[in-house]
Amino acid sequence: MSPISRGFHRRHEEAEPAGRVPPGQYVTHDFPVLSAGPTPRTRLTDWTFSIEGGQSPVSWTWQEFQSLPTETVTVDIHCVTRWSKLDTSWKGVSLDVLLGAVSYTAPYVLAFCDGGYTTNLPVADLLGGKAWVAYSYDGSALPAEHGGPARLLVPHLYFWKSAKWVRGLRLRDTNAPGFWEMYGYHMYGDPWKEQRYAGD
Amino acid sequence: MEGTAVRGRLTWQTATVGAVIDETSKVRTLSLDVPDWGGHQAGQHLDIALTAEDGYRAERSYSIASAPGEPVAITVERLDDGEVSPYLTQDVQIGDEIEVRGPIGGYFIWDPPVSGDGPLLLAAGGSGVVPLRAILRHRGLVGSSVPVHLLYSVRSQAEVIYRSELDHLNQEADGVKVIYTLTRQQPPGWTGYARRVDQQMMAEVAWPVASGPLAYVCGPTNFVEAVASDLVALGYPPLRVKTERFGATGTP
Repeated sequence: MSPISRGFHRRHEEAEPAGRVPPGQYVTHDFPVLSAGPTPRTRLTDWTFSIEGGQSPVSWTWQEFQSLPTETVTVDIHCVTRWSKLDTSWKGVSLDVLLGAVSYTAPYVLAFCDGGYTTNLPVADLLGGKAWVAYSYDGSALPAEHGGPARLLVPHLYFWKSAKWVRGLRLRDTNAPGFWEMYGYHMYGDPWKEQRYAGD
Repeated sequence: MEGTAVRGRLTWQTATVGAVIDETSKVRTLSLDVPDWGGHQAGQHLDIALTAEDGYRAERSYSIASAPGEPVAITVERLDDGEVSPYLTQDVQIGDEIEVRGPIGGYFIWDPPVSGDGPLLLAAGGSGVVPLRAILRHRGLVGSSVPVHLLYSVRSQAEVIYRSELDHLNQEADGVKVIYTLTRQQPPGWTGYARRVDQQMMAEVAWPVASGPLAYVCGPTNFVEAVASDLVALGYPPLRVKTERFGATGTP
């Protein structure tokens, strides 16, 4: 039974739309930045997006990536540090398109990034219109501190799964932990189940 | 960016507020008696949960301010439009019970044998000094002789957190040098830095790359972005620059 903190009460009374904000989250109108190291700056001429571990590897240059079909989506995002931001608008390429270019049977991916960051995801969570590689935010090029030139966007999972500065996916037969997952964060990260840390 | 072993489950437990220290007019340190604390490393954080009489529950993360082996302490800055920080800095009293779980985070930590013996550059913006203070205390307690520069960017002297402790470290001449930059207001006769961090300041304060330094940078996003990119420009390998950022209304 939780101890009651007398005198403590909800301060922000504005009703959050029912069913929009997962348990333990609060709505922010800013866009906080959380990263473990310096912001990498990759020149677009050096940028590629690759999918490894399928029957044969595929890779797109920045220019090739721009010619892929795009989608513009408006989604809510939820950071494990408890802020949620509603109605964020992104443009990018659906993972259905990207993974559709590869033959594979692996059930997991490890996303890899400039700066060395990784995160693990089930392939099923990237398919069916649920995930994108986004390069535009709110109508402008995605700023570097928010993961530009391009980041994963997997809004139904905690936002650390939406890896910044993403450069590709490694298809894997096993679910190997990524960067934060190795430090005790949850392997899956469903915000509606509050899967913040291992064992939650 | 190699990781360590995955830990077991983190469970909530009831802690008792043991002591309260006002650090500045807006910042307070709470020491917490946690009955079943498994220990922590310098630089980690923990989660706090408060439950209101109507059952409303709010959770927040706070950096741990104390060294490994010391009683768990957090230092909280009051955000006027905040929900949890006003309670923790104004209302909470010694003997009150709150829920905690932790420790959390394994990257922004200083662990002397693993982290090597290169000099440390600690850079703090405002309340970003909290996890760096845990590192400084840990260094003192384990008797490390690793040289340290702490660059502390703060609006005015009145807003310096842990001021007497840091001034004491500065005077001890035991390898720790605290360098302030007072960005808004300086006392009469101030001869130190009086501006936001920039590349020239970092070049003056940072250890030479050849000495194998390790940097920990914590503060608001703009501060961390500036310091980290200046360090990379000075030749620091990105993996030797560990950062922890908080947004305007983000964590703490």
